[in-house]
Amino acid sequence: MAKIHVTTKINGEDAEFLCEPQQTMLDVLRDELSLTGSKEGCGSGDCGACSIIVDGRLVCSCLMFGAEASGAEITTIEGIANGDTLHPLQQKFLEHAALQCGFCTPGVLVASKALLDANPSPTEEQARYWLAGNLCRCTGYDKIIEAVMDAAAEMRGE
Amino acid sequence: MYAPNFAAPQSIDDAVRMLGADGAKPLSGGTDLIVQMRSGRNRPDHIVDLKKVPGLIGIKAEGAGFRVGAATPGAELGEDKALVAAYPGIVEGAELIGSTQVQGRASLAGNLCNASPAADSVPAMAACGVKAVVVGPNGEREVPVQDIPAGPGKTSLGKGEFVKEFVLPALPANSGDAYLRFIPRTEMDIAVVGAGVQIQLAGDGTVAKASVWLGAVAPTIVEVDASCLIGTKLDDAAMAKLDAAAQAVCNPIDDKRGTIEYRTKVAGVMARRTAEIAFKRAGAR
Amino acid sequence: MNYLGKDVQLKVVGTRPIRPDGVEKVNGRAAFGADVAVSGMIHAKVVRSPHAHARIKSIDTSKAEAVKGVSAVITGADLPDIPSEEAFVGEGPANFREMSHNVIARGKVLYDGHAVAAVAATSAAIAEEAARLVEVEYEVLPHVISVEEAMADGAPVLHDDMFTQGVDPKPTKASNVAKRVEFKLGDSNAAFSKADVIVERQYKTQPVHQAYIEPHACVVSYNPDGQAQIWCSSQGQFMVRAFCAKLLGMDIASIRVMPLEIGGGFGGKTLVYLEPLALALSKKSGRPVKMVMSREEVFRGSGPTSGGTINVKIGATKNGRIVAAECETILQAGAFPGSPVGPACMTAFACYDLTDVTAFGYDVVSNRPKVAAYRAPGAPISTFAVESAVDELAQNLGMDPGELRLINAAKDETKAAYGPTLKNIGFVETLEAAVASQHYTSDLGEAPKGKRRGRGIASGFWFNIGGESSGATYVNEDGTVTVVSGNPDIGGSRASMGMMAAEVLGIEVERVRTIVGDTASVGYSFLTGGSRVTFATGMAVTQSAEEVRDDLCRRAALIWEIDADAVEWRDGHAHPAGENAGKFDPLSLSDIAAKSGRTGGPIAAKSSINAQGAGPGYATHICDVEVDEETGHVAVLRYTAVQDVGKAIHPAYVEGQMQGGAVQGIGWALNEEYIYNKDGRLDNPGFLDYRVPVASDLPMIETVLIEVPNPRHPFGAKGVGEVPIVPPMAAVANAISNATGLRMPNLPMSPPHVRAALDAAKA
Repeated sequence: MAKIHVTTKINGEDAEFLCEPQQTMLDVLRDELSLTGSKEGCGSGDCGACSIIVDGRLVCSCLMFGAEASGAEITTIEGIANGDTLHPLQQKFLEHAALQCGFCTPGVLVASKALLDANPSPTEEQARYWLAGNLCRCTGYDKIIEAVMDAAAEMRGE
Repeated sequence: MYAPNFAAPQSIDDAVRMLGADGAKPLSGGTDLIVQMRSGRNRPDHIVDLKKVPGLIGIKAEGAGFRVGAATPGAELGEDKALVAAYPGIVEGAELIGSTQVQGRASLAGNLCNASPAADSVPAMAACGVKAVVVGPNGEREVPVQDIPAGPGKTSLGKGEFVKEFVLPALPANSGDAYLRFIPRTEMDIAVVGAGVQIQLAGDGTVAKASVWLGAVAPTIVEVDASCLIGTKLDDAAMAKLDAAAQAVCNPIDDKRGTIEYRTKVAGVMARRTAEIAFKRAGAR
Repeated sequence: MNYLGKDVQLKVVGTRPIRPDGVEKVNGRAAFGADVAVSGMIHAKVVRSPHAHARIKSIDTSKAEAVKGVSAVITGADLPDIPSEEAFVGEGPANFREMSHNVIARGKVLYDGHAVAAVAATSAAIAEEAARLVEVEYEVLPHVISVEEAMADGAPVLHDDMFTQGVDPKPTKASNVAKRVEFKLGDSNAAFSKADVIVERQYKTQPVHQAYIEPHACVVSYNPDGQAQIWCSSQGQFMVRAFCAKLLGMDIASIRVMPLEIGGGFGGKTLVYLEPLALALSKKSGRPVKMVMSREEVFRGSGPTSGGTINVKIGATKNGRIVAAECETILQAGAFPGSPVGPACMTAFACYDLTDVTAFGYDVVSNRPKVAAYRAPGAPISTFAVESAVDELAQNLGMDPGELRLINAAKDETKAAYGPTLKNIGFVETLEAAVASQHYTSDLGEAPKGKRRGRGIASGFWFNIGGESSGATYVNEDGTVTVVSGNPDIGGSRASMGMMAAEVLGIEVERVRTIVGDTASVGYSFLTGGSRVTFATGMAVTQSAEEVRDDLCRRAALIWEIDADAVEWRDGHAHPAGENAGKFDPLSLSDIAAKSGRTGGPIAAKSSINAQGAGPGYATHICDVEVDEETGHVAVLRYTAVQDVGKAIHPAYVEGQMQGGAVQGIGWALNEEYIYNKDGRLDNPGFLDYRVPVASDLPMIETVLIEVPNPRHPFGAKGVGEVPIVPPMAAVANAISNATGLRMPNLPMSPPHVRAALDAAKA
């Protein structure tokens, strides 16, 4: 089959690309669009490093075909900050040393943003369960959870 | 080079026609299909994305029951307050499929038709009498969900057939449902044992009707003879009998997720614990 | 010089600034191994053995080569046949011939996942398709997975030229036992007669993978002039250069390695897997080649750490003094020799002050992936057994396990069983802090029906190393500073390097930017491992910053036309001192930098050292668990890690090491394991069934930093990265024992195993 032409919106900008039918959205982001912030840690939806937000829903971009992006609105790690201003989550991750190697970090941040979009006042337990699909092997999650809770408080104006 | 076709039909008729082709596979959330394609276990010639078909995504209240579009992602079920209030167990099962990310995509139909014995959404649906509306070249039929999987990775669906929606029946009076599973971690695992239960109470608060189904302990989900619960308030003796009845229907395998012995023992535990929750929910209504 | 002592006021070291590479890591721009593209690049995939043990009868690559888009196919025959040569690499001994055979099989495949060929093509998808068309004819041989099978009489032998080393007389028959090691102090055998209580038990641990989230990845460009460039994520750009040169028969100067960001390593990226293959493919195809492992390949083809069988015997008097101790450790090496059995034996009793102790062990090959270093290699395995035994001893003596450890704790001037006399160690301090902690003295609370709660404590030791390191400090024209480190930054070392330089120069840390140099832009550094970087490379960076500081004083003296030794450096400024004090306005670093052209040119210093005097690390962990009696599920309710860190340069990243290591240990304790089927194939090569801890499994990991400074480091730092993984398995096991009365001698303590133990105890 010929390549599929897809028109979509990524991080607020119109985007179009050609993809193979079996190409995942993660492959499209990384290989066709040079958006390499989304990472492949497993390719099977078990690690969350490729997390993106599609039409308001958090998904693993490795578990979505590029062809399915047609007409969708997509947010990747590259679109979390507001221009020069880091998202409060990004800032809190830096302040709390919530990253070590940084490989899982884009996925964790996108997932955390989706959490706070849906629930501005998560409990620690809710944050832990929401982020259970984002594996981090460096931090033991402690500082990640601290940073998410702190960012949530700041975004609530506390 | 492997190069499948991809199509996103916009009507039931087109979907039926496309799925009638040799080597065609329906795509809903894709959380199983894409993994299988990547590993080379599944190589469809035609990928038919059903999500653009009207009615395939969404939840409609219908009388005292519901119709749930086959490809509705799990996260959407959890956000529907009326559905959660009526069928918390079914929603619990659906919401246990994978991570938050997987919840953004994974659907009831995909979970059912992937035909894994460990599918989390199926035992509670079976316990609650949910029917799948199947469409295909020969029209439409309603099938109890438990009749769709025919064994690991196999379904009873004919060529060109797919599940369009699920019918959740009118909620029986004084009833409650629940789903629990056992996994080694707290998230991200496949069920070692899953238990779905619906209980209806009589006026005196005793169990009038009980339906108990287990997942991951046999090639398909299996029903437990729950007659021991009838007329009781789940006293210790009744629970011991349920535990034994649950263990008696188990026919599991030894694999990386559990041994026969362990799965059988835990099946009894899960049946009891799930029944207890369903009983409490029924009593609270 | 050093910056220790109460009168030294540190302004940067000990604070928690934002790391210099932070923003790029939160906005997705940091480039990891798979994020690089080079002009003209093609993609390659590895063909791997489906068999645990088989003779390769033939390899037919013609069908793969015929696929449109395929540029090159290689097999073992495309790499040079190099002689057997022992070397100390990574965190242990290795043999380059074996390393080459591990990278791509010759003659025999020795494990499921062993590379046999590799295919390069214009796209990864074509390479993968073509890889399926490489036809390998195998003669399947009997295989062995466990050490018991491998050591049994008549076991299939992996290497018919391997004779056990370290035994007398030398064996005449080849076997799977590569070597025997022994460490001895006094006469343990005789000393057991002095014991009132003896505990003795066998323990078993499973191999566990480092499970870094970033799969191995590289891009390699080999040019017709024989020079090559390698972009990859690894724990040592110089390691990659050296190993590739050895395995491909190239000059070291002909290979330049650009270290990319590394997405976790934990010891697992102290070796090469893909780079030599990509080099060979690039040479053959004339194109730059990119290779990225899938997660399945990471599990099947890259190193976990050993599983082991450990026999421990400890005897003590009734007042709790340990009088004799013995430990036998048998470790799986994987397909080639080189398990961390030496360190396992050396660390086994290093927490204790003992006079009569014997630790010996065996390095055993079997049909599994060759092991790689994993955080304190070997120590967690033997320590799980010994610290469980010490807990059992405390139970038998009716003593508090913390108290028993204090009675026997190693302290300054303790002669360790593995040789040295210990100095400046803070083990007793960790124990005292643990025992006195709110956690240890708190009430466990009542468990819900059907569950039981318990608390465990365990300790651990790791050597920490120094070694060869290079660093450089460059003053820029505007008075900002660039620091170059020779070590890949795995957990925040760019921050700590910059902080030490800023402290020396008396400037704000934000004015110092640290980068990791490539192999052609900084002096040689041994790899990032052994908890050595903050200690050794930190020392090199500190020295280069001190040279710069001294030079800045000389430059100020030139400007002022006074003697250089009449200038002192304070708060980022040169001040005239002695009789010149007050005669000139101080000159800032920026002032001097701006005038550098007139005082002798650019201001820069490099330092290359062989750092000695790394202080050993000790830790004590406390764990509370709740055991579900019906399912055997163990939940960790509360966890505290106490550790002697010497001096925390950046306390947040020190805490991060402690928390991350503790959680890896919890995973090792509870659920992580390799599951092989009867054919010797790995049954769980993915994150779905290789169960690392997820966020919802865990509580916050509390940390207590004890600072007993290491006088051999300018700021007192000790390595902190590895010892946190040493105590957790025993801490969890001891907590389960406290909760249930059951001793769990086998890892993982997964629900089926715990339930079976509970059932067996009832029966």
